[in-house]
Amino acid sequence: MARAGLASPADDLSSADEAAPVSRWRPPGYWPFVVPALVVVVGVIVFPWAFTLWMSLHEWKVGAAPAFVGLSNYARLPTDPRFLDAVWQTLAYTALSVVLPLILGTVAACVFHAKFPLRGFLRGVFILPMMATPVAIALVWTMMFHPQLGVLNYLLSLVGIPAQLWVFHPATVIPSLVLVETWQWTPLVMLIVLGGLAALPTEPYESAQIDGASIWQMFRHITLPLVAPFLFVAAMIRMIDAVKSFDIIFAITQGGPGTASETINIYLYSVAFAYYDVGYGSAIAVVFFLLIIALAAALLVVRKRTQGAVP
Amino acid sequence: MGETFRGGLSRRSLLASGAAAAGLGVIGTGSLGIRPAFAAMDWKRHAGTTLEVNLIKGPRGDLLHRSAAEFTALTGIKVSSEVIPEQQQRQKIVIELTSGRPSFDVVHLSYHVQKRQFDKAGWLADLSGFMKDPNLTESSLKEADFSSAGLQYAKAPTPKTPNGEMRSLPMSVDYFILYWNKELFQKKNVAYPETFDDMMRAAETLTDPKAGTYGFVGRGLRNANMALWGAFFLAYGGRFLDDKGNLLIDGPEAVEATKLYQRLLTKTAPPGVVGFNWMESMAAFTQGRAAMWLDGVGWAPPLEDPNASRVVGKVGYAVVPKGPKDHAAATYGDGIGVAAASPKKEAGYLYCQWAVSKVMGARLLQAGGGVPFRDSILSDAEVQQGVKMPREWLDSVIGSAKISKLGLPVVVPVAEFRDIVGSAVTATLSGADPAAELKKAAEQYRPILERSEKA
Repeated sequence: MARAGLASPADDLSSADEAAPVSRWRPPGYWPFVVPALVVVVGVIVFPWAFTLWMSLHEWKVGAAPAFVGLSNYARLPTDPRFLDAVWQTLAYTALSVVLPLILGTVAACVFHAKFPLRGFLRGVFILPMMATPVAIALVWTMMFHPQLGVLNYLLSLVGIPAQLWVFHPATVIPSLVLVETWQWTPLVMLIVLGGLAALPTEPYESAQIDGASIWQMFRHITLPLVAPFLFVAAMIRMIDAVKSFDIIFAITQGGPGTASETINIYLYSVAFAYYDVGYGSAIAVVFFLLIIALAAALLVVRKRTQGAVP
Repeated sequence: MGETFRGGLSRRSLLASGAAAAGLGVIGTGSLGIRPAFAAMDWKRHAGTTLEVNLIKGPRGDLLHRSAAEFTALTGIKVSSEVIPEQQQRQKIVIELTSGRPSFDVVHLSYHVQKRQFDKAGWLADLSGFMKDPNLTESSLKEADFSSAGLQYAKAPTPKTPNGEMRSLPMSVDYFILYWNKELFQKKNVAYPETFDDMMRAAETLTDPKAGTYGFVGRGLRNANMALWGAFFLAYGGRFLDDKGNLLIDGPEAVEATKLYQRLLTKTAPPGVVGFNWMESMAAFTQGRAAMWLDGVGWAPPLEDPNASRVVGKVGYAVVPKGPKDHAAATYGDGIGVAAASPKKEAGYLYCQWAVSKVMGARLLQAGGGVPFRDSILSDAEVQQGVKMPREWLDSVIGSAKISKLGLPVVVPVAEFRDIVGSAVTATLSGADPAAELKKAAEQYRPILERSEKA
């Protein structure tokens, strides 16, 4: 009875199949391999990020219920002098911690690229700082920086230079921390650039020598453009590493003296885990993330432009 | 807060401790002749239970962790203790307690930072009833045996109990005392300072940058410096909050205290003191580079260790000098309590009771690693005989107990207080004006405090 007036879904399907054959969707065979990775990515990246964004829109002190406050945590940021200082200190710390290891690492790579006795052994010695634990290094450097008892001022006194205050003065604390960072991470840059140097062709150098180019000219016009891609990789790694640096700064100065070495990361830690203000701390984390993205993008733009400029 | 705590002995507490010492249930080894005193209550009533204990890394936490087997022998309760560095432990326990399902039954807390936070959140179980139960509590353990500062820290007033419930047992108190280098004083023929004015003058006389020696050293690092500044603030008669809870850190007492702090640390302290915490200060003192050091009472062992110190046998220990308005020893401390969420409250209470017992307190005091809050332990002649530190150190401890005052405000946002006011005080070491810096800090901190009290 009903059949006379109503077509069954099966009828529809069969008639549709006959009219225009449409391939049915079937889960692809590779799904079992993708799903675990997808779950992990959602669990450890997407969810924490979404949750951080959600928290940043709430006033939420640990132990109290969260209250929705819209963008007011973000509105607080431009009026928070500690945050603004932390941004500048982060940028200064990052810039120095990228540039110095890049220069010294490139020089070191050129030195270790040349052949000389015990080269392999000395290369091994040179990369030792990179293998040490940052907190252990920080504790040793803390004592080395001590104005009265530290070995650095003793060494300076041997060559007649007056004692310095290193990390114990607001004006010198960031350069002193960068010194530790440079000491530890110059070897990484050296290794990357050394890899680049090993891959360089020899013909351009032979031609340049025939044309009477000096060592500096060969370095400036042949070596540097050819290793530039490697330098950008090293700069990118260093930049990301330096901007999120925490262990060395925290162990040596805890952001002091005063707040002179308080980077965004250190301030964020205080807000979230010492003041338990997770709402405001999340807003700082979001802005910090955007800053890292912006810095990385800026570096990529510079790389593209420089590549375009290379003849 | 703000009242003076008289830490003298009561006759009753002496009698009680004597009775307990003669009691039954003696276990294990006493340290330096102290016979453990665990009297006839039933310590075994929770035998077979396992307790999770969260402790702060340091002499107190380490002692409890090391001695856990003795507690198990006494009670039959197994202990799994986790010992975590102070800063990380504070964060961890707050996060766990907030979750409502902490991984521990018993928790070690820093009163001077966490007291108000714990009281407001109600994270600790009320131990008042247990303390009144003779089946659960040694006869020697009475509220009156704890110093007034300890009780102020441990008791949480509620609408039903205005005198407060015992939410934890006070374990170890930390007074700020003056360490002084007798040799440097003698060389310049300077007398020991009885007042803060004398201390300033002595520090100036003893400062000789050419010789690399300075009159004074102390914490200049933001946050850490609040403990030292608090000692000065109390000496000038300062109170952190008025009776209504309003902030009082930009008044004349605070300004005068900051001026003294500024003068001492810029004129008579080693260069770079602005970045000194206790560790750098201690290094300067143990190397004979500083004549005076004002800090917590627990540093005597490294100062008297020939492997770590060049001033062994030359150190004087004294109660902080008299201030212009008050004679007060800045006081900090820690205690131990049972999580309100724990299903093993009685067993946890037995652990807390054992942690503050005479045996454990005596060990702590005798090693110089801490000072028990219990008067009966501090004044026990037998315990005193076993103290390995110089007698002067013990006298400074006993003297400090008599003039004890809390060195930080009892508020929830203590970390912000230490950071904001600490930054202001640190800024004065670079030449900033104390009154202006404190006013700015008070304006910055006041809304934070108000928000926290409203929450």
